[in-house]
Amino acid sequence: MNFIISILFSGIVVSVLVLIPWVGVAAFDLRFLFGVVVPYLAMAVFFIGMVARVIGWGRSPVPFRIPTTAGQQFSLPWIKYSKIESPKGNGGVIIRMLFEVLLFRSLFRNTRLEYRRLANGPKLDYEWEKWLWLAALMFHYSFLVIFLRHFRFFMEPIPGFVHILEKLDGFLQLGVLPVSGLNVPSVFLTDMLLMLALTYLFLRRIYIPQTRYISLPADYFPLFLILALGLTGILMRYFIRVDITAVKTLALGLFTFKPTVPEGIGVIFFIHLFLISMLIAYFPFSKLVHMAGVFLSPTRNLANNSRMKRHINPWDYPVKVHTYEEYEEEFRELMIQAGLPVEKQPEKVEEQSEETGEKE
Amino acid sequence: MYDGGKIIVGLIIGLGLLLSPFLYNAGKATKAPEPQLTPKAKEAKVCVANTNFMTTKHMQLLDRWRDEVVREGKRYYKSPEGKVYYKSLQVTCLRCHSNKTKFCDECHNYMGVEPFCWECHIAPKEKE
Ligand code: HEC
Ligand code: HEC
Ligand code: HEC
Repeated sequence: MNFIISILFSGIVVSVLVLIPWVGVAAFDLRFLFGVVVPYLAMAVFFIGMVARVIGWGRSPVPFRIPTTAGQQFSLPWIKYSKIESPKGNGGVIIRMLFEVLLFRSLFRNTRLEYRRLANGPKLDYEWEKWLWLAALMFHYSFLVIFLRHFRFFMEPIPGFVHILEKLDGFLQLGVLPVSGLNVPSVFLTDMLLMLALTYLFLRRIYIPQTRYISLPADYFPLFLILALGLTGILMRYFIRVDITAVKTLALGLFTFKPTVPEGIGVIFFIHLFLISMLIAYFPFSKLVHMAGVFLSPTRNLANNSRMKRHINPWDYPVKVHTYEEYEEEFRELMIQAGLPVEKQPEKVEEQSEETGEKE
Repeated sequence: MYDGGKIIVGLIIGLGLLLSPFLYNAGKATKAPEPQLTPKAKEAKVCVANTNFMTTKHMQLLDRWRDEVVREGKRYYKSPEGKVYYKSLQVTCLRCHSNKTKFCDECHNYMGVEPFCWECHIAPKEKE
């Protein structure tokens, strides 16, 4: 699909998703629908969908190891092998998975192939390319911190880690000096980093021709959805404030199965809530499911022990074979008549059959 | 299932983490904060701006007041009703809301905000 159409399409879908709760709450006052029903439905879709996806992956056979070429595998004791890149046991696999999940090791290895014409002829280069890794790391960790900070709405009493995160995240007190106008002293760094990383990831997609070519609405849509989510959150925290004590009452109502919708929560909150509901409901059906999928990547989570352990293919089933001996048995006379060489001569056959008494 | 046991264990841990708000709050009775007004505030009836504005945006107002006082020297604020207030955290807000622990902190504890203002500004002494 043409990338402009993809972007327009995703943009329009996200705009509609913003408009639905806006109209629904501002014009029709459907607060219970958007405050309680939609979030519950979205959570149900998320949890059932994720479990179904993981069970689905779990049921597919993974008979063989997929050694990647990232490291020397274990062979002879005096040949040095790469304990983490190509582990032979579970310990190495665990470390490799930690690197993958926490530090995005595979992305870190990203290189860029470049074809250049120099004065003395063409040249192929593998360029060091860490920006994608950096932006991805920035995005995921910001999102995680923001998600965890939201636990002040989800839990009562508020657990200690939330306070620690808030302190760390707001420690520059940016609101006091450089960016006054944001109206609160603790401007959270992760809010800014998230938007920055998302913007970079979006621009990168349309800037690099190859990436642009392979990008689909399924790539732009989640980016735009999360951008809209972040934007409504930032608006709500720094500019169009809502009564967040009432918001907490609503959230606790959801988590204790005693849903209530307190009076006087601004529309922007319902837009924010609707967007996150759509995001989590979209998870199991989209590339976002890599949140669970990363743990089941066969190239990362299996020890490279093919030389030590026999792995049997479950699809191997007894194939009906017709060996050459059987073939010759069947066609020997015809073969001899046609002057083709045979392995056993007919006299011998007769002798044998006399001995065993199988044939006349 | 290949490595079925491990996958199920991982799945349960993941679900447990994501469902933790449900588990944490289960069976707990939570109550929304009820900020209490002092007799003095009750007598005044109105805050420096309308209640909805104060509930949602008092931190923005304070932020603006601070900037205007400290940076521009403008010490008086005219409320929408035409009343004039001295822009001050201690002298205005907390004269009326002198029950800080039962008013400001009531909400702030519920939401887990600890305004660092009181490192310099002096909170009113409360009886009891
Ligand atoms: C003249 C006394 C007075 C002063 C000065 C005053 N308030 Fe109020 N405040 C009140 C009253 C009375 C109410 C309750 C209004 C109502 O219930 O409609 C109130 C309500 C509030 C609320 C909303 C409470 C709720 O239940 O949602 C907040 C927040 C608040 N004030 C903060 C402040 C801050 C911050 C200042 C300083 C900028 C301040 N007040 C100055 C009298 C005052
Ligand atoms: C209706 C409940 C309520 C009452 C009453 C209330 N606050 Fe707040 N206040 C809040 C909430 C909620 C926040 C946090 C906003 C956020 O984190 O986005 C807040 C934040 C603040 C902040 C900004 C803190 C920061 O670090 O971001 C200040 C300053 C503040 N309140 C002062 C006061 C003072 C002074 C009073 C008493 C006169 C008071 N508030 C009464 C609910 C209340
Ligand atoms: C580092 C110490 C310090 C901290 C922390 C601090 N202030 Fe102040 N504040 C001052 C000083 C000094 C003044 C100047 C007093 C004056 O000129 O009357 C002032 C003045 C103010 C004023 C106007 C004058 C007055 O009498 O109140 C407001 C409003 C104010 N601060 C609000 C806040 C709020 C809200 C916070 C918390 C978010 C805060 N301040 C945190 C030191 C501090």
